[in-house]
Amino acid sequence: MSYEEKNAWVFGFIAPIGYLVYVVLVLTQAGERPLDEANYVGPMLGTILGAIVVGILGGIVVGMLSGKDAGKSDQRDKQINRFGEYIGSAFLVMGALGALVLAWFEVPHFWIANVLYLGFVLQAILSTIAKLVAYRRGLHQW
Amino acid sequence: MKPTRVTNGIRALRFAANEMTQADLAERIGVTRQTVIAIEQGRYSPSLEMAFQIARVFGVGLDDVFSYAPEDSPTGG
Repeated sequence: MSYEEKNAWVFGFIAPIGYLVYVVLVLTQAGERPLDEANYVGPMLGTILGAIVVGILGGIVVGMLSGKDAGKSDQRDKQINRFGEYIGSAFLVMGALGALVLAWFEVPHFWIANVLYLGFVLQAILSTIAKLVAYRRGLHQW
Repeated sequence: MKPTRVTNGIRALRFAANEMTQADLAERIGVTRQTVIAIEQGRYSPSLEMAFQIARVFGVGLDDVFSYAPEDSPTGG
């Protein structure tokens, strides 16, 4: 398994786990109150920063375990990375459009921020899955 | 179904070249060993430039390394 593929696996775990932690934190904070009254900014910032830190630490561990392959990236890695980002970007667009529609109807900020955040998370998950499938089964030529 | 119709004889060429390892070939063309494995297994089509580099390592022509399967062949998708 190449260094970049291992990194993709690490990221594939961090993105959904980070979001799961966020959801649990917000639901716990909301308690009996309506969800859009919960303090979501702190947990959102915390899980985003946490995911970045864990991602960096994961990258360091992957690098240590990869020996002389650490940091190596070639043409195939770059093509697979572009392919994954292209696939995942659809969710980013859907999140942005969803937030736009919610803003038109003056829906509470909680929902707008959460639709955007979900879009980012889904983009990360889908692009990682696309990359892993491309690594395992190959890049299809169009 | 393989993602590409490009087939190759890299494995045979490696063995003919003093049993060159995948790692050796990867180092000589500047890619990871996993990319050489993916090319050998038909999971990845190298760029034209990389294809020329591979052919040059073995001292043969491009056609001696790669071939393109016709559409009605089993590897033709």
